[in-house]
Amino acid sequence: MDCNQVLVSKVKKVIIVFTLLIAFLSIKIDTFAQADSAVVPVDSAVAKTAEAVSGEHGAVEHGKEKFEPTKVIMEHIADSHMWHFWGHTSMPLPVILYTANGLEFFSSGHFHHGEEDYKGAHNTYRLVEDHIKVVGADGNVDEVASKTVLDFSITKNVAAMFVAIFLILVVFISVAGSYRKRIGKAPKGLQSFLEPIIVFVRDDIAKPNIGHKYAKFMPYLLTIFFFIWFNNLLGLVPIFPGGANVTGNIALTFVMALGTMIIVNVNGNKYYWKHIFLPDVPFWLWPLMVVVEVVGIISKPFALMVRLFANITAGHIIVLSLISLIFIFETLAIAPVSVAFVLFMDVLELLVAFLQAFIFTLLTALFIGMAVEEHH
Amino acid sequence: MVGSIAAIGAGLAVIGAGIGIGQVGGKAMEGIARQPEAASKIQTAMIIAAALIEGAALFGVVVALLGLNG
Repeated sequence: MDCNQVLVSKVKKVIIVFTLLIAFLSIKIDTFAQADSAVVPVDSAVAKTAEAVSGEHGAVEHGKEKFEPTKVIMEHIADSHMWHFWGHTSMPLPVILYTANGLEFFSSGHFHHGEEDYKGAHNTYRLVEDHIKVVGADGNVDEVASKTVLDFSITKNVAAMFVAIFLILVVFISVAGSYRKRIGKAPKGLQSFLEPIIVFVRDDIAKPNIGHKYAKFMPYLLTIFFFIWFNNLLGLVPIFPGGANVTGNIALTFVMALGTMIIVNVNGNKYYWKHIFLPDVPFWLWPLMVVVEVVGIISKPFALMVRLFANITAGHIIVLSLISLIFIFETLAIAPVSVAFVLFMDVLELLVAFLQAFIFTLLTALFIGMAVEEHH
Repeated sequence: MVGSIAAIGAGLAVIGAGIGIGQVGGKAMEGIARQPEAASKIQTAMIIAAALIEGAALFGVVVALLGLNG
């Protein structure tokens, strides 16, 4: 009796598996069939364009612009002078330029998406691939003059950073307020959500790596941890307040790594400096070791900088490439596959967002720990 | 042509990372199997090592990306 039941259930399982397999295969064949048929018009359009060009027709007529994934992806991860919402809707951002004659303020809306020049107080400016260039008297871009103009604009990344800073301030001022009000009581609300994370930074990052002098460095560690984490998470949000590639901008990670380098070297004790300039090796190795150690001062923050930048940029590129698949195949049938992969990558990025904040903070704590360690 | 060579570079960088993360993951599994009570500590150390390897691989990918643009 039991044997029979097991057999029946096994047969049922096999039937289900086969049905699913056949369903899956037929979906796949459908997709490819549609993809093939979708490719044909593109080919003919390209052929038409080629004909038009070779036939020396005045007006080149082709239905659509060819989709270039690399260009589109680079546009999305790069910084911009306007915050793109959807379609042709975007928010102009303020432009601040430092020229030899003085400062200039105007809105990037004056460029009309790079189609028009703007005549400022000192120069005429043009937007070329999201860089502001000076236009000379002859109507062309004056490269020499453009180099003298420094761009301090509130770009998309800066605006997104302000959003993150505002969020961090709101969250932490309210949490700090509730700590002040509720001394000695159990945490409540937002406070009880953040307390484990703060305690995690203290007990798992600062204490084991820095030792008993950890308290002095907690403000810096907590700041970089939450700043990176909030910016990473906001970068994952595809709609308005998020979507900027803030932590995937090498300038921002450079400044953060510079902060770590300064804190490590300012707090370095005599043992740290002795380890660099008078290492415990035979004296004939000193010329080699000192060079290696001095390069190490620079290369450690450099690795921090590139790691954060590359991880976040790579994540954005992968998500955008998967979305681009829909436009490459020019079919909606690929959309479920693409969206499923994007969902998977986004969940993975959620982990990476935390992990990179954690790694940056952990390595900073490690470097500080090496610098303040007492000799033993 | 430059684009395709950059893509090969990115692929090679990922091969290295794959081997590295495979080693880390495999050894961590062995460690956890031998000492299940230390699983959480091993996991943390594993994630840190994996992130460091990933960073090295991403250096390669970034250079490939720069090659693509330049």
